[in-house]
Amino acid sequence: MFQYVIKRLVFTIPVLIGISLLLFFMLRMLPGDPAQVLAGQMATPEEVENIRRQLGLDRPIHVQYAVFFSRLVQFDLGRSARTQNPVTREIWARLPNTVLLAVVAITLACLFGIPAGIVSAVRPYTWMDYLVTSAALFGISMPVFWLGLMLVVVFSILLQWLPAGGTGSWKHVILPSVTLASFVIAFIARMTRSTMMEVLSQDYTTTARSKGLKEEVVIVKHALKNALIPIITVVGLQFGLLLGGAVLTETVFAWPGLGRLIVDSILARDYPMIQGAILVFGLLYIFVNLVTDLLYACVDPRIRYD
Amino acid sequence: MKEQDKPLLTIEGLHTCFHTLDGIVNAVDGVDMVVYRGETLGLVGESGCGKSVTALSVLRLLACPPAEIQGAIHFQGVDLLGLDREGIRRIRGNAISMIFQEPMTSLNPVLTIGEQIAESVRLHQNLSGKEAWRWAETMLEMVQIPGPKQRAKDYPHKLSGGMRQRAMIAMALSCNPQLIFADEPTTALDVTIQAQILNLMQDLKQEFHTSIVLITHDLGVIAEMASRVIVMYAGQVVEEAPVRELFKNPRHPYTQGLLGSVPVIGKKAKMGRRLQEIPGVVPGPLETPGGCRFHPRCPKVADLCRREAPLETVLGEHRRVRCWLAA
Amino acid sequence: MTEEKEHREYAGQFRRSWAKLKRNKAALFGGALLLLYLFTALFAPVLYPGSPSAPNLMISLEKPSRDHFLGTDELGRTIMGRIIWGSRVSLLIALGVISVGLVLGVPLGLISGYYGGKIDFAIQRVTDMMLAFPGFLLALALVAVLGVGLKNTVISIGISMIPIYIRLVRGCVLSVKEQVYVEAARAVGSKDFRIIVRHILPNVMVPITVQTSLGMGTAILFAAGLGFLGLGVQPPNPEWGAMLGSGRAYLFNAPHVATFPGVAIFLAVLSFNLLGDGLRDALDPRFRI
Repeated sequence: MFQYVIKRLVFTIPVLIGISLLLFFMLRMLPGDPAQVLAGQMATPEEVENIRRQLGLDRPIHVQYAVFFSRLVQFDLGRSARTQNPVTREIWARLPNTVLLAVVAITLACLFGIPAGIVSAVRPYTWMDYLVTSAALFGISMPVFWLGLMLVVVFSILLQWLPAGGTGSWKHVILPSVTLASFVIAFIARMTRSTMMEVLSQDYTTTARSKGLKEEVVIVKHALKNALIPIITVVGLQFGLLLGGAVLTETVFAWPGLGRLIVDSILARDYPMIQGAILVFGLLYIFVNLVTDLLYACVDPRIRYD
Repeated sequence: MKEQDKPLLTIEGLHTCFHTLDGIVNAVDGVDMVVYRGETLGLVGESGCGKSVTALSVLRLLACPPAEIQGAIHFQGVDLLGLDREGIRRIRGNAISMIFQEPMTSLNPVLTIGEQIAESVRLHQNLSGKEAWRWAETMLEMVQIPGPKQRAKDYPHKLSGGMRQRAMIAMALSCNPQLIFADEPTTALDVTIQAQILNLMQDLKQEFHTSIVLITHDLGVIAEMASRVIVMYAGQVVEEAPVRELFKNPRHPYTQGLLGSVPVIGKKAKMGRRLQEIPGVVPGPLETPGGCRFHPRCPKVADLCRREAPLETVLGEHRRVRCWLAA
Repeated sequence: MTEEKEHREYAGQFRRSWAKLKRNKAALFGGALLLLYLFTALFAPVLYPGSPSAPNLMISLEKPSRDHFLGTDELGRTIMGRIIWGSRVSLLIALGVISVGLVLGVPLGLISGYYGGKIDFAIQRVTDMMLAFPGFLLALALVAVLGVGLKNTVISIGISMIPIYIRLVRGCVLSVKEQVYVEAARAVGSKDFRIIVRHILPNVMVPITVQTSLGMGTAILFAAGLGFLGLGVQPPNPEWGAMLGSGRAYLFNAPHVATFPGVAIFLAVLSFNLLGDGLRDALDPRFRI
């Protein structure tokens, strides 16, 4: 098991290098001179030259990458062009908010999505199934930011039950996390339904029934345990969508997280900050994939750890 | 042939159809049969003739809808089709159990072998968890799996095909059922393993006094195992006979064809006998021909066969045939 | 399998799939919705003559009424008119995005799956890298580099779709490649190009069709998301997401400004998803009873 973890960790190294390359060339791909971009339109040629030297842009490209990479490994992502604060510090201040939102949302999604999918698969083509499948279809077709705004209209403006944005109390978490979870709930419910339907049509399900097991036992012990394998994979993948959705949700609810930071940075052309935020999103995603793989190994006895 | 008088299972006028998008498929179309205590009944036919659906209909393991089961099935006097869900559930795995064709896909990949055997014992015999597990180990030993204590803790993917089928048999026998449906139990296995599994089933049958309905397309297996044979074609019984009768004097052209397509070692040289085959294929479920269902493939086809479907002709006790030539 | 028989089987499969699709009420509803959407986009100048972007501050933020069916926005522009013209923008984006994804993703997937080896390895590593970023974030990162606007929206979202097509096509090719008729074609010495076009592509068509329908929905969602953040199509162009974004400021006194563009996005995406689901159920033999 330990070896398996190590092996998985080793596998992430090439991806990390790839991401660093992507980030490195992102700045170089910018139309025009990055030093000029960073210095702004009003900068004098001396100032631009100064920034160029400061960033090492006058050196050969492979040296630039080496410097960039060694700084990256030390979590030195430079300073924000907008606030002049170290990028790492700014990110650290926002990260917990985004993680909180994502964790609450993914928990909600599993709590509601998986049971809904199971009910739907076990009683196919009944009113319950139609209810779940159409709700799920609505869920994946709805723009999250619109749902967020509509929830604000109903719960903050009309009913005045919950705050429309910001942070502070548990009440502030409800609307953003429900908004963020909606898409994922829908996706997980759809996925669970189709996986369960497939598992329920497998030979071993018939075997389980032929043994005279109660239907609940067949569904939970025999079918769900098998269905969990693909479901875990999907939940892991959905975490990525959740991060994407976080950008929009955080904007709707003025939630001070990484997503909001990235949008503000793009609007302000704050490239060091964009790089940093995207890197952290990439790392989060890789981390989640790793956890998914490990969970996967726990559920499926066929996975070998060597 | 040792047959007790009382039938264990009687099936009368069984019709099983599936409602599909392409229309109604009559998989089993008016099947009658009787199974006696302690006997092995062979159920023979090419794939798609309704053998497996018959077995699944008895235990009501088909999802309804799309399936629809009609007719009468009595097991020890109990009307199986009339039972509620709880009632049929008490019979499954306890009084009647099944062995499936594909040992690779019929065992649950995420549960240990021991658990899969123990769970039905716990359920039907009210054994405690520990007792059930010990019984599972005993059963694995009985089906001659080496190192049963260790194997019980293994997951199915660690076992070979033959071992899995042994585990499957252990599972089917674990509650000492009166009747087992064995659906092509050896088809997916190597020839050498096949013989071992068949011998094992034969021995265990004697020990447990179980009746077996052996579903197969392999007449060699039938000759070795069964005392009585029912031949099915396109959802109907076309011939029934004691096993020796059937091999000596097959009456239906289809049976004759089936027997003709079995190679007999040593005979070819002497008599110039060729391995024959039945021309054509089993008609698809939606293209059942009019008249006798076998007529497009029958070497002895007559005009009458094309026009009218033959009824069953009873030739004696457990001896019937559905063919105009015998009428 | 002879070619004639192969063709007959394709024809039979097509008929069955079509019959199945016709029985699927949800898919038909999706198709009708899509037609309505296409009709609106095509005939926008007829349905709403005049400029959807011309401000009229005299009538700003009016509630829905007989004159202004869905009300007006902060600059007094009719929301109905902007939604009608906005359907052109979103459809254009969806088509553009899918074209980028198809034109680059499908050939790369075919090559990667069919030839394998080093070229497969290289393509797959790049794909891995791109998939390490969730789709929307990848598009966002690309926008950060390329800048905002309609063209860059299409390019950014299009590029973020490429790895999905590569993966999908490659997976299909790998499973089809080993099949008997492909082996046979190779054994009799058919050219690679011919094998790919005649034998492999038809088998990959089903998942591509389904993915394209669902992908159009995703493209509209992504584009609206970018527009909402102010990083997509720029005002005064009528883009649904951007309309929502600017309507957000008036949520308290004029919620209709943010509501109706959202309904338009939802219906457009819904139509593609319904159709995509229907196509998958109708075309995928695994789901056939």
